[in-house]
Amino acid sequence: MAQTDSEIRYLTPINVDVKKKKYCRFKKHGIKFIDYKDADFLLKFINEQGKILPRRLTGTSLKYQRKLAKAIKRARHLALLPYVADLLK
Amino acid sequence: MTKHYETVFILTPVLSEDQVKEAVKKYHDFLSEKKAEIVVSESWGLRKLAYPIQKKSSGFYQLIEFNAEPNVIADLEVAYKRDERLIRFLTISLDKHAVAYRERKRAEKQNAQKA
Repeated sequence: MAQTDSEIRYLTPINVDVKKKKYCRFKKHGIKFIDYKDADFLLKFINEQGKILPRRLTGTSLKYQRKLAKAIKRARHLALLPYVADLLK
Repeated sequence: MTKHYETVFILTPVLSEDQVKEAVKKYHDFLSEKKAEIVVSESWGLRKLAYPIQKKSSGFYQLIEFNAEPNVIADLEVAYKRDERLIRFLTISLDKHAVAYRERKRAEKQNAQKA
C-alpha cells in the first residue's frame, strides 16, 4: 500500500459523549426528609423489578442513599411498593 | 419527654364504613387515654395493595400523627397485634426534618384549599 494513513476515518462523526456529572438530587434540592408515603417519588429510585438502584447509577450521596433505602423498605412493608415486580414501569 | 410519632395501619377491606370508623376511634381513644396528643389523623380510604396480604388485595389506610411518651408505643403495638381487623401497621418516630416536612405539607394543603 502506497498510502499509509494511520488515521481512521468515519463516515459519520462518532459520539464521544461528554460524561455528565452525576449529582445527589437530595443535596441539590435541599431535601432533608424522604417520605415513604410518596410512592411515585420513590419509583424513580427502583428498577422495573422493584429493586433499589445502586448509588453508582443514581449518584445519590451515601447519607441519602441510606435514608432512601429505609423509606423504600417502609413503603414495601405498607404495600405501597411491591417487594417483587415485573414491568413496574 | 414526649416524642413525635407517626403510625399507619391497614384495616381489612371486609369491614363496613361504620366498623372502620369504630376501629379508628378505638385507637384515638387509646392514645388520648395514654395522654398522647393527636396532631393529625388522616384516612386514605380504600386503597389497592401492591401485593396481597392475608389473601386480601385492598385495605383501609389510616394515618395518625401524635406526640407521646416513648413507653406508649409498646402498648400501642401490642394492641395492634391483638386486633384481628388490622392486617399491617407501621409506627415510626419523626425527627426534626420530618416534622418540618409534614408541617410544610400541611400548610401547602391548607393554602390549596383556600385558593
